[in-house]
Amino acid sequence: MENLLEIKNLHATIDGKEILKGINLTIKSGEVHAIMGPNGSGKSTLSNVLVGHPAYTVTEGEIIYKGKNLLELAPEERSHEGIFLSFQYPVEIAGVSITNFMRAAINAKRKYLGEEPMNATEFLKMMREKRALVNLDSKLANRSVNEGFSGGEKKRNEIFQMAMLEPTLSILDETDSGLDIDALRIVAEGVNKLKREDTSSIVITHYQRLLDYIKPDIVHILYNGKIVKTAGPELVMELEERGYDWIKNEN
Amino acid sequence: MEYAQEYIDLFEKNRELLEKPCASLLNAERAKAFLKFKNNGFPGIKEENWLHTNVSKRFAADYGMNLGRITANIDLQDTFTCDVPNLKTYRAYIVNDSFVQDEKNEKPLPNGVIIGSLNNIATNTPTLLEPYYNRLAERGDSTVQFNTAFVQEGIVIYIPRNCEIEETIQIVALLHSNVEMLNNRRLLIIMEENSKASILLCDHSASKLQTLSTAVTEIFMARGASLDLYELEETSAQNTRLGNLYVHQDGDSRFNHSNITLTNGFTRNYIEVELEGKGAETNINGLAIGDKQQHIDNRTLVDHKVPHCTSNELYKYILDEESTGVFAGKMLIRTDAQQTVSQQTNRNLCLTTCAHMYAQPQLEIYADDVKCSHGSTVGQLDENALFYMQQRGIPADEARHLLMYAFAGEVIENIKIDTLRDRLHLLVEKRFRGELNHCKGCSLCK
Repeated sequence: MENLLEIKNLHATIDGKEILKGINLTIKSGEVHAIMGPNGSGKSTLSNVLVGHPAYTVTEGEIIYKGKNLLELAPEERSHEGIFLSFQYPVEIAGVSITNFMRAAINAKRKYLGEEPMNATEFLKMMREKRALVNLDSKLANRSVNEGFSGGEKKRNEIFQMAMLEPTLSILDETDSGLDIDALRIVAEGVNKLKREDTSSIVITHYQRLLDYIKPDIVHILYNGKIVKTAGPELVMELEERGYDWIKNEN
Repeated sequence: MEYAQEYIDLFEKNRELLEKPCASLLNAERAKAFLKFKNNGFPGIKEENWLHTNVSKRFAADYGMNLGRITANIDLQDTFTCDVPNLKTYRAYIVNDSFVQDEKNEKPLPNGVIIGSLNNIATNTPTLLEPYYNRLAERGDSTVQFNTAFVQEGIVIYIPRNCEIEETIQIVALLHSNVEMLNNRRLLIIMEENSKASILLCDHSASKLQTLSTAVTEIFMARGASLDLYELEETSAQNTRLGNLYVHQDGDSRFNHSNITLTNGFTRNYIEVELEGKGAETNINGLAIGDKQQHIDNRTLVDHKVPHCTSNELYKYILDEESTGVFAGKMLIRTDAQQTVSQQTNRNLCLTTCAHMYAQPQLEIYADDVKCSHGSTVGQLDENALFYMQQRGIPADEARHLLMYAFAGEVIENIKIDTLRDRLHLLVEKRFRGELNHCKGCSLCK
């Protein structure tokens, strides 16, 4: 399998404070990687840097995605190239309906790829199909993006958007937070249905429970801005039993 | 007084010319108004109501005035086609300050309805206008007195008792001149008991020269009357607009106003609504879109004089580049106005650090059993929302447009005529994309 993403010695800061202190991570096509770690270890910073959030500055290192220098691409170009972030805290956008929002997103991507805009019938059919995947109420689709949504609805809306955009690399940033068991199952099943042989995922979580549904191939522990341990799925069980203290003590 | 003096001299020298073609009703009011203007001159920026709007300077240019009533010789059908697709209208034009009937109106007006020249009606049937003309505007500031002193023509819209007009009445004000021009126009709307109408007022100037228009509108709404009034300004950066709107409402009447500044130069709109009969309702909405060095000042007063009236106000500004917005909205709830429900919202976006917004929401309450609220905010586009949209692949510029469009949408949604609302959605979107930076005659039809 070829490398989809290569992160080499990545250092990043926010407001002058260094958060990532030399991350090395390689993800091959088709792999699911879990990134775990205690609060404040840099997990969300890593996902934000991958999608080009302007608040973060990369001070050293490189990220190669599909053979391209990712750091040279604008956030929207990274999206067009197939990187999707399911936000830990999805943003409410008053006055922009999900339908208009998705139409703008899909057509921007098609334009980037040199394709014609999607016609209305085709688009609405796609919306219907993808909504069904995560049991997203059709009424929600006419409402403003995330406005007045419950925690579970917001996360389902994230996975719905992921389904619409069909990313190659999806990053799920604490998608399990704020979800009850039923919502967690629906969201995880949605993610699993979207899995293709050539797509990869980074699943960022504190807990085992999401990983019961989305099985990782490789598990990393991020601590103090570095990946301090990489192992197979069995590491999840070990963390569940022992907590993070032994990691902190070892480092 | 430096600029006012020129106009005082102009008036005194040309008084005969000015009065000769006009009805005695207009001239009687003219005489009173001129004295007030002569005493006060233009408002200065030290006056509370004019702190951020230096109006006197706008009169500095060497404007021509059409005191001799020379008819502008233009072919309306040729130079101007203004139509909201599928919107059925009765149309009349004010070219500069002259009334022009649209001969293309196919359907005759309903029985008793009058849309006509102010001066003709004041000459031929003065008794119709005497109870109304200048009755509200006479208390206005010196920009209003200036208008009354110089005005020679305008439009009267009269809707008789129980008459409901389905078609929208469209008044197109058009500046067309090859010299720098100042013109004064007047609109008088009389709605008798239980009458119903909607009126679209489009203010256009495609002139590359300096132009200045004063526009005074008086609206009288008898018991149970209902009026939707839509005002759209699409003028050029060289234009100054001084609008003054006075509305009198009797019991159970309903007034909806949408005031949209799409493109302009320097604009001041004053709106005063007096609620004088129980159960009267007024809804005033405004949207101002500014960039470059545009100046948009909206000042409103809703005067609750009697119990059981309702007022809602929503004004939104989107200011880009070096534009300036001023909003001062006052809700006055007098001692007798118990059980008033009044709500005012003003929200403003400043897109650059050079854009300025001066917001002054005011509630003045003298009654003790009322439900009133007001709120005003000034902010920027939500950076988190912008990034969220970019992550989904929407380019930064387009994300900004979508957010601005969503912000403006709330005001446009209050427009009740479907075709006009759809058209305005499109126009506002185009405006944000920079495809509508100046007036092209009438973009309602392009």
